[in-house]
Amino acid sequence: MELLAFGKTGWGDELFIATLMTIAVSITAMLIGFLFALIFTPLKLSKNKLCNLIGNTYTTVIRGVPELLVIYLLFFGGSGAVMFVASIFGYNEYIEINAFITGSFAIGIISGAYSTEVFRGAIQSIDKGQFEAAKVMGLNKFAQFYKIILPQTLRLAIPNLSNVWQITLKDTSLISVTGLVEIMRQSYIAAGSTRDPLFFYSFAAVLYLMLTFLSMKIINKLEAKYSRGY
Amino acid sequence: MDLELMANSFPKLLNAAVITLKLLSASLIIGLFVGLFFAILRLNKNIFLNKFAYGYSYVFRGTPLLVQIFIIYFGLGQIEYLRSTFLWVILKEPYWCAIIAFALNTGAYTSEILRSAFQTIKPGIVEAGKSLGISNKIIFYKIQIPIAIRQSLPAYGNEIILMMKGTSLASTVTIMDLTGVAKYIISTTFKPIEVFIVAGGIYLFMTFIIHNLIKFLEKKYSFN
Repeated sequence: MELLAFGKTGWGDELFIATLMTIAVSITAMLIGFLFALIFTPLKLSKNKLCNLIGNTYTTVIRGVPELLVIYLLFFGGSGAVMFVASIFGYNEYIEINAFITGSFAIGIISGAYSTEVFRGAIQSIDKGQFEAAKVMGLNKFAQFYKIILPQTLRLAIPNLSNVWQITLKDTSLISVTGLVEIMRQSYIAAGSTRDPLFFYSFAAVLYLMLTFLSMKIINKLEAKYSRGY
Repeated sequence: MDLELMANSFPKLLNAAVITLKLLSASLIIGLFVGLFFAILRLNKNIFLNKFAYGYSYVFRGTPLLVQIFIIYFGLGQIEYLRSTFLWVILKEPYWCAIIAFALNTGAYTSEILRSAFQTIKPGIVEAGKSLGISNKIIFYKIQIPIAIRQSLPAYGNEIILMMKGTSLASTVTIMDLTGVAKYIISTTFKPIEVFIVAGGIYLFMTFIIHNLIKFLEKKYSFN
């Protein structure tokens, strides 16, 4: 237990901060994923063949290629791509992107592919009559979507989104390869300097279990909230 | 676009894909037995066995695969006692450590898939077997297991694809699988996009094959 002491003698405070980092990366990645889902779900549902192709390519490629490969692509190629865009605007200095941004973006792209599938499924399973009823009530398109369709979509999507959240949370362990100090990276450092990998990796497992357990509790509450009346 | 690099790295990556497939098939085969074992425990009425199997699947599904590999590869070597047993022959090889971690991980998911498949079998089918005077053991092996396998095919197909992606983590414990070689080429040439296209293409091709294989099996073993 001395190993987990706070302060300079143990790794308690470092691991605590690393846990907060994991939570921060997961939430950022999940939100970036929602942004991607917001763009790609309409594309997948659209009647236009080209839009369909773009949407399907995104979800198929990301869900068929290992997360680690996507992370390496962004880790090694990310700053190059940003520098290329910057050079178009006449900025030619070296740009280094923060590991936090690269990491959350990489996990966000992956999480977005899963979210897209969840939202597509939820929207498709809403009764056609609801769309028609919203139209008949004389609501404008905006109100039709935000007042009638979206609340119902959320109710249907939450159980599956909770799966996406669990996947995202576990995937953040992979960005430790980019050097971002989250639970996995901190355990690696601690294991290296104390030569006690069994303890620190087991402790990391416990931390992840706690996170998944706590998030399940919160999601169950949300689920109850959105299923009122059912 | 560096087409030459893409052409040059293709055979290297293809060779590495063989290692990925080896890792995948070994861990799936072991994982299937692990999964079946724990699924049967889950259906057991003994509360202790039941809770143990639940705990197993909860822990392995609630923690990242990377942690599991690291515990087995870096952690277990620390136990002095293990070093003196025959197990050490296996545990000192990163290749076997990765397979053990993958098998235990996919076993946890497989046990959940099989458990729900067993639970969706209509009680009438088991009763029909009983009323024909078939022994419980034969009902289990000849009636329940085949139906459960058919029932769980779609979910198990997803699990195979997830596991194939999971094998990429073997590259973190020095195994040169498809992702490991891809990373090596990227970090020596600094051409991530080209390598990503080739390596990703190989992964997608394997996903495509697995997907269609499962579809074929589903059709072949469908009830009607």
